[in-house]
Amino acid sequence: MKFSTPGSTQESELKAGLSDYNLDILSRKRAGLIWRLIFQASTIVGIIALMILILNIINSAYGYTALKAKVDPDTLAVEGVPLEEQNHGQLVAVLQSHISGPAYKKLDNEKPFSERSEADVRALVIARVVRLQVEKTWNLWDSLSKSGEINTEVARDYPDAELRFTSWLNSDFINRPQTSEPVTAGIRTAIYGSLWTILFTVLVAFPIGVGAAIYLEEYATDTWINRLIQTNINNLAGVPSIVYGILGLAIFVRALEPLTSGQIFGIVDPTTANGRTVLSAGLTLGILVLPLIIINAQEAIRAVPVSLRRASYGIGATKWQTTWSHVLPNSIPGILTGTILAISRAIGETAPLVVVGASTAISFDPASPFSKFTTLPIQIYQWTSRPQDEFRALAAAAILVLLMLLLTLNAAAILLRNRYSGRF
Amino acid sequence: MQQNIETTEKPELVIETRNLNIFYNDFRAVSNVNMSVKRHRITAIIGPSGCGKTTLLRSFNRMNELVPGSHAEGEVIFDGQNLYDPMVDPVEVRYRIGMVFQIANPFPKSIYENIAWGARIHGYRGRMDGLVESCLRQAALWDEVKDKLNQSGLALSGGQQQRLCIARALAVQPEVILMDEPASALDPIATLKIEELIQELKKNYTIVIVTHNMQQAARVSDYTAMMMLSDAQRAGTVIEYNETNIIFTRPQDKRTEDYVTGRFG
Ligand SMILES: Nc1ncnc2c1ncn2[C@@H]1O[C@H](COP(=O)(O)OP(=O)(O)OP(=O)(O)O)[C@@H](O)[C@H]1O
Ligand SMILES: [Mg+2]
Repeated sequence: MKFSTPGSTQESELKAGLSDYNLDILSRKRAGLIWRLIFQASTIVGIIALMILILNIINSAYGYTALKAKVDPDTLAVEGVPLEEQNHGQLVAVLQSHISGPAYKKLDNEKPFSERSEADVRALVIARVVRLQVEKTWNLWDSLSKSGEINTEVARDYPDAELRFTSWLNSDFINRPQTSEPVTAGIRTAIYGSLWTILFTVLVAFPIGVGAAIYLEEYATDTWINRLIQTNINNLAGVPSIVYGILGLAIFVRALEPLTSGQIFGIVDPTTANGRTVLSAGLTLGILVLPLIIINAQEAIRAVPVSLRRASYGIGATKWQTTWSHVLPNSIPGILTGTILAISRAIGETAPLVVVGASTAISFDPASPFSKFTTLPIQIYQWTSRPQDEFRALAAAAILVLLMLLLTLNAAAILLRNRYSGRF
Repeated sequence: MQQNIETTEKPELVIETRNLNIFYNDFRAVSNVNMSVKRHRITAIIGPSGCGKTTLLRSFNRMNELVPGSHAEGEVIFDGQNLYDPMVDPVEVRYRIGMVFQIANPFPKSIYENIAWGARIHGYRGRMDGLVESCLRQAALWDEVKDKLNQSGLALSGGQQQRLCIARALAVQPEVILMDEPASALDPIATLKIEELIQELKKNYTIVIVTHNMQQAARVSDYTAMMMLSDAQRAGTVIEYNETNIIFTRPQDKRTEDYVTGRFG
């Protein structure tokens, strides 16, 4: 069959001859090789940067510490049982006999001793009775490379101090509540705070975000108002997070205080601080990550092939049946990817939570949506802003915990995603 | 819905178009079509590429509406009612007039689910296993897949996928099945299978088939509509519509004669 219509005189001019081609495969391949090297180099740069970051954190989180005790722990042994092995009752007795009556009363009022765990009481004994104090810390690199010098330095400058190799990241650190003493400080409170906050973030942002994405992709017609909404969502994803903090403060903490403090449910949490609760934080972060989830979910929904929709409509399925049985199952992997990104973002947010009113010093785990809270990044931020080295070591250990928490949550989401995408 | 074969001499009309024009935005793809589809007969639509066969076929069950910016003018009468009447629900139209697409598109679900899903969404309450088997048998696929009903529909060969799509269309018991070049991507043996299948289905269903293959149209169809771009408007239209043997032996239009004898181009 002829391609041209009769009368097209330029046919011969349009036709390409062999001489018009320059089949220089070698140089094309060379160009490809150069690009490949560039991409490889940028990947390596990224990996190196990440490794330096992690090594730097590990470097601060481990190392020698010179510790001095106000009261020698050995003198606290009860009937030959050392402090580390004493049970709850013995620990309370030790505490009672070593601190003043009013101080003991005050602690008991904050939370009765019978409700405190053994680890908590032991931490209290160490903080209030033994009063271990950090004289000096060294980072991992120095500890490994200059241990001799460190030993002589301690012997010379801190004669009553004990030199110990400390892993700031240890099970006690994870299990203990926050205190003001670096030796007994823990991040359990902050871990629970982060988990509670993320829970509400996801509970709010996931259904609303996916719902909005379904509406925008499947139902919304191309009118100016829908286009305006779409543009707004795209821009909201780039708004600085502090702005969301201000929004959260105005709406959730102030305007919706009866709701976020639990008043309208008749809940009076003694720790509640005027709506500065886990719930407010979760809602604020939920709004913050909402555009992220919407945009990713829209992308995923849009990627569902049109032939699949046609197949469904072609046998008389309604829009909702098509969306529910075909569009959503096929976009779930993409939607979950967006959710992973959203969780990663939310778990590391600090500024909006400072504005919403995260507590600086609480030693009790959040127990309900209406509890006061602190989160890991807030805790890290506070520790890094302290001048003493030991707090920097604590911050490094907390960063490691935050990274692990992030990896765990993401791994869970990835497993979920693979389960859905691997079905067929 | 009538499932029993009517043995009237003159077949009754199922679909009839009146001055049908179809647009993609401002572009008129199909202009002024008047044709009809007869019950328990196979109607073929033939014509060169880009002349609007798919567009016309899709207008018979309002699938064109899924293309943004497309709209139709004129009437498509089905069962005495204009399908484009605002009162008509496209969901019901597509339930009664099923479709098989040019490129096989099974659901990314199991073979069983591919068929069961359609029945289920329409509230089918009978024995599902029996329905799946009978649809697969009607589509001449049962023997090939009966041992792997739980496998993905996408794990079948192209020809098997297309027959699965036909079986899927049968599961909702439509009155009419629209087929857009169902065998265009298949080898001659698979094509023959589909053709036999279509002949078989004719007993219970009314079929409209778009095809590029002249022999196929001549072999399987009872009626043929010849489409062509009309020179004046650059829009496709049906230039001749008649019984298939007349179209292929004594066409009225010179262009039809050229096309069916392969002298077109
Ligand atoms: N989604 C669309 N948007 C705009 N124009 C379209 C669209 N689909 C088809 N067209 C145009 O409508 C005309 C008819 O297309 P159609 O797909 O109906 O042709 P066809 O006869 O089925 O061709 P083929 O035999 O190649 O499948 C063509 O000019 C095509 O460019
Ligand atoms: Mg076509």
